[in-house]
Order: sequence, then structure tokens, then C-alpha cells
Amino acid sequence: MGLMDRHAIIEKNATLLLIGSLLVVTVGGIVEIAPLFYLDNTIEKVEGMRPYSPLELVGRNIYVREGCYLCHSQMIRPFRDEVERYGHYSLAAESMYDHPFQWGSKRTGPDLARVGDRYSNAWHVAHLADPRSVVPESVMPSYAFLNDAPIEVKDFSTHLLANARVGVPYSDDMIANANADLKAQADPNADTSGLEKRYPKAKVGDFDGNPQQVTEMDALVAYLQMLGTLVDFKNYDEAAGYR
Amino acid sequence: MKFGTHIFALSLFTFAAFVAAGFGVDAPFRQHMWVLFLVLLGFVAILLRNTNFAPAVAVDPSAYMDGPIRYGAIATMFWGVVGMLVGVVIALQLAYPDLNIQPWFNFGRLRPLHTSGVVFAFGGNALLCTSLYVVQRTCRARLFGGDLAWFVFWGYQLFIVMAATGYLLGITESREYAEPEWYVDIWLTIVWVAYLVLFLGTILRRKEPHIYVANWFYLSFIVTIAMLHVINNLSMPASFLGSKSYSAFSGVQDALTQWWYGHNAVGFFLTAGFLGMMYYFVPKQANRPVYSYRLSIIHFWAIIFLYIWAGPHHLHYTALPDWAQTLGMVFSIMLWMPSWGGMINGLMTLSGAWDKLRTDPIIRMMVMAIAFYGMSTFEGPMMSIKAVNSLSHYTDWTIGHVHSGALGWVGMISFGAIYFMVPKLWNRERLYSLRLVTWHFWLATLGIVVYAAVMWVSGIMQGLMWREYDEQGFLVYSFAETVAAMHPYYVMRAIGGAMYLSGALIMAWNIAMTILGYQREEQPMPGSVPALQPAE
Repeated sequence: MGLMDRHAIIEKNATLLLIGSLLVVTVGGIVEIAPLFYLDNTIEKVEGMRPYSPLELVGRNIYVREGCYLCHSQMIRPFRDEVERYGHYSLAAESMYDHPFQWGSKRTGPDLARVGDRYSNAWHVAHLADPRSVVPESVMPSYAFLNDAPIEVKDFSTHLLANARVGVPYSDDMIANANADLKAQADPNADTSGLEKRYPKAKVGDFDGNPQQVTEMDALVAYLQMLGTLVDFKNYDEAAGYR
Repeated sequence: MKFGTHIFALSLFTFAAFVAAGFGVDAPFRQHMWVLFLVLLGFVAILLRNTNFAPAVAVDPSAYMDGPIRYGAIATMFWGVVGMLVGVVIALQLAYPDLNIQPWFNFGRLRPLHTSGVVFAFGGNALLCTSLYVVQRTCRARLFGGDLAWFVFWGYQLFIVMAATGYLLGITESREYAEPEWYVDIWLTIVWVAYLVLFLGTILRRKEPHIYVANWFYLSFIVTIAMLHVINNLSMPASFLGSKSYSAFSGVQDALTQWWYGHNAVGFFLTAGFLGMMYYFVPKQANRPVYSYRLSIIHFWAIIFLYIWAGPHHLHYTALPDWAQTLGMVFSIMLWMPSWGGMINGLMTLSGAWDKLRTDPIIRMMVMAIAFYGMSTFEGPMMSIKAVNSLSHYTDWTIGHVHSGALGWVGMISFGAIYFMVPKLWNRERLYSLRLVTWHFWLATLGIVVYAAVMWVSGIMQGLMWREYDEQGFLVYSFAETVAAMHPYYVMRAIGGAMYLSGALIMAWNIAMTILGYQREEQPMPGSVPALQPAE
């Protein structure tokens, strides 16, 4: 019996066809994706990575909500021009707490993986409200409405808890203080010693030029200003990280 | 009572949406639940107006169930026009950024509306209605499960409405082509399992011993999409009364899971499903048998096996481990062969009927679809080579590639199938006008050519500008300069897209007039009727 005749068995049995095709399509995923979860060298060991502070996480959620990833990547490739333009190439460890990842697939605008500390808060606020006022060639939409949008969250600790459930190391202390930390980070008069201990290198202060209220602009700028600032590349061992 | 249980169940869901609209923890969720409430209320009202207490009329179990297919054909046209219109709008936004209207109609919120609109609303409805049409006719069996087909149809439309309104409200998981949030994903899972049961159930009650090749492709598309959708959308909601959830995976693992999904949304949704379409409608319209049975077997198993591996080529030179990138590249290149197997099988089906290209604009459309399929499945493997990808990635070249596949292959083969089905579904002798089909064909073809060519130029140009160094070793262009250089191409791209959209509008008119029962009086296509020779 030839191979083609044997195939007739599958053609006459819908269950076999279903199971057969399901088996065939699972192989690739098992071989390619599953090892990433247990191979130790998938993510380099680096110093400085920490979970997002509550205000940064709110900002990140706004970044996701507005679809920023559709035009801005957060993934610097190891090419001379990209490293000169944007900074050290991105490490896997730098997105290890990103649920979901924001590597992006298109650069209508520049890469943002290391945009933190490059511009002032005031520049970001002006740029987000009216991009062409600071970059005449820009085709970015205006996000002025963020200035007038107070952060409306009843209890943000549930968001930290959800992240903890999927593996982000938020401690009980962080979760318990989530709502207080959220307000304190954008308040220039608040006591932020606890916040800065929980989230080292967190940028503190009024971000949007309006200290009266914590707006979505505060959160988004706080997020942008921390992007790529956590890992100290002076201490990073290139050879050990090479895979 | 007709629709009794339907009305009861729907009323419960309507009330649940009302409660969720009141108790939602975030504003977008509350707004989204108001949308759901109003939509479901509309459904209930329509059912109440159509109910009656006469005893149910028995259905003829030997007749095909074509009601949901007729609705599906109309939905395909409707969503197609909507999705393409949004595409033209966002193309214009890139050329003229003042067209952004914050917050609901900014590019970032409209772009998922465009992609989901054309892929899942237009393409999905085309797959849904053609698969149900094909499976009945090739199995000689009525659809399985009574009203199940209606549930699948309306459930899928509800998914589309919830996904689309969610994007505008800012509800997104940011996973490309899988943006809807957790509760919309759960709803789609339910609808999709019902679709699998409907399709498989119909195959199981077939009166033909063999399962026709088109159904293999449809079946593998349905089952694989189920697997991809469930795994890629695993996430942890912050609250069960809120719109926000966090992906179960992070960073590298999340990226590869997403592009394993993303590339196979192309591979199974936009390829395997539409190959099923090709395997039924091309032989039917050409009135010729499928070219090679052997080839269809080989390329079926090869294509579904190889496609799944291709995802990592979206992540070349990223923080994804090198071995995974290389594996993805190798399999992407191998994928060229079974893809062209499908193209050859489709094109060669016309052997002996090539003359129809002159007289039949529908077959012309199908052939153009297969030609674009061959073109983009060559371009894809080429772009997956790491050296090429280092230039093309992050640029418009990718956008151009997607559109030559989506507009050329998916769009054109769907148009051909709808042109074929509609006169049969509504018992019309022929389409309203074949001349309008010719207009549609040329507008669409030229539109794609303009679109793809412009995106090649702008993509390659931008990629080269980014890496351009002067003789002293400095980067020549700032990023902003490369953005400014894109403007003329963004304008031309919008024109190409508008041409394609105008073709679809002509089709919508043609289809509407056919359904209403009109026939345009027109000269037959040259060559379709033998010319009368004067007696000598």
C-alpha cells in the first residue's frame, strides 16, 4: 500500500484528521518556546532591575492604552548605528518584568528603550501635548488630554497583586503601600524615603508642571523618564551575557 | 414560543452587562459595558419583535442551511468597507498628523481597529461564511446543530463590536492582532469552540466518503487558531470588574509567544483558511478539477508543520536567544516551498481554461490573488533572512509586504469567492454587472501595485538613512529627518489604499444590486459570446 493510499485513511476519518493536524502544529511551539522558560541563559544576570513603581506602572498602562508601541520600539539591536543613536543594545533582563513586553515592531518614531533621562520633564510634557512645537517634522498625535485626566484608580494594589501572581517580585510591603506610593511619587512635598527604598532610582517630584493633582501626564512622563535607566552598564559583563 | 429560550438567556446577559456597567472599577470598563448593554438590548428587542406562538415549522433536513451564509456574505462586505476605510484614514493621519482627534481617534487607537477590522471582521467573516458554504456542499450535508450556526455568526459579530469599541476606548492588551482584553477573549473562545463543533459536526455527518481538501485547510485553520488564541491570551485580570489584565508571560517569553501567535495569525487565519477557499472556488469558477491531488496532500502537511516555527523571524537581533532566531529563519525559508506548492496547485488548476482570463473578470481576480500569494510568500522568506531583516525590520517595507499579502491574496480571493457565491445564495441568474467587476479588478490591482511599490521605496530608503555614515564616521541623518523624508510616500500610499477602497465600494454596490434582484443591461464581455459571422 503506497503512501498516498494510506493517506486515504486520514481523508475518510475526520477525527484522525483533527488530531493529526493538531499534533503537527504543536511541535514547533514546543521546541521553540518551551525551552525559553527553563534554559538559564535565556535571561542574563544583571544588577539594578526592579519591578515598576506604582506610578511608573500606571504610566506604562497609559503607554499601552494609547498604542505607543505601534510606532515606537523598545528594543535596540546590536548594530553600530542603533547603539550610537539610542545607547547600549537591549538586554533580555531589561524586560523581565514587562507583562506584556513592549518591544514593538515598527519605528515610525524613534526607539524609546533608553529615552529616560535624555530630555527634561518639561520637554516631555510639551512634546506630548503638541509634538510639532518641539519637533517640527514629527507626525505624532497630540496627547494634551493627559494633562487634564486625573488618575482614576480606586485601589491600585490589585494591579500589583495581579503582576505578583504572574511572577513579578512585588513584596507584601510594596503591595500594601501601592496607593500611597502612587501619590507620593508625583508629589514634591511628600515623604518618599519608603518609596525610594522600595524602588531604587525612582524619579520623584512633580512631572507635569501642575503639583496640585496627579494626572496621567505625570504617570506617563514618570514611566518615560525611567526607561532604560535601571541597569548600570559600567558593571555589566558583556562576555558573561553573550548567548 | 419562537426564540423563547434565546430571549430569556439574552435578557440575563443584558442584565449582567447593566450590573457590570454600574459596578466596574475603571471608567473604560464601565463605558464598554454600556456598549455591551445597548447592543444586547437591541438583540433582545429584535427577537421580541420577531417572536410568535405558532407551532414551529419543521425544517427539511436534506436542504442546505444558507441563512447564516447570506448574512455572512453581507457582513464580509460591510466590515471590509469599514476596515479599509479606517486604513485609509490612518494612512492619511501619518501624512497629515493634524487629522488625529484625541483621544478616541488617535493613530494608536485606530490602528488596531484597522488591523482587526480587515483581518478578523472582513477576513473572519469571509472565512466563516465560505467555510460553511463549502463544507455543506462538499459533504452533501446540512450544517450540524440547528441554530448553532446562528450562534456562531452573531456571537462573532458581537466579538467584533466589543473588540472595535474597546480599541477606541483604550482597552487593549497591546499584543498585535490579539489586542482585545481578557473578557472579550473569553467570549471569542466560546464562539470559536462552537465554530469547531459546527464545522466538525457537519463533516462527521457527510454523505461523501472522502473529506474534500478544502475542508482539511479550514479544519486545521479552526483548530490551530483555537490553540494560538488561548495560549497567547493567557493573562491575569487586575479585577474581574475591570478592563485591565497583565500577560501571563513577560519579556522574552512573552515576545516569542506573541509572535508565535502573530505569525500564525498570518499562517493559519490568512493563509490556511484562504487556501481552503481557493481549493473550492477556483476549481468551481474555472470549471476544472484541482491540478494535483498529490501536491495538495504534500503541501498541506508541510505548510501546517512549517508555519508554526516561523514566529522568531519577527524578533531578529532582539534579546531573543540566537538559536531561536536562527531556527525561525531556517523554517521561514523552508516555508517558501509548500507555499509555492499551493500557488502552483491553484494556478495550474486553470490548465485548459486559461482563455477564461479574457472573458471572466472573476477568474481574473482569483488568478491575481494566487499570483500575489506567490509573490508575498517569496518576499516573506527573503525578509526573514537575518541580513535582509536587519535593514527591513522596523520600516515600512514590512507594512508593504503585509499589504501585498493581505490586499493581494486575502482580499482578492475573498472578493472572487463572494462574487461566486452571492448569485447562487440568492438564486440570481448572474451578478448585477460583470463590467463593474472589471472596474473593481483594475482599481484593486493598481491600488496594490501603488501601495507595495511606495512602501518598498520608503522602507528601504528609511532603513538606509538610519544607518548612513559620512566619511568622518558620523551618522548622517537625525531620526526626525528620516520622518520628514517619508511624507511624499505616505501621501502616495494613502492614494493606493483609496483606490483599493473605491474598488471595494464598487463591489458593495454590485453585490447589493445583485441581492436586490437587478441585472444591469450591458454589453457582454468581449469574447464571451461567439461572434456571429455574416453568411458568405
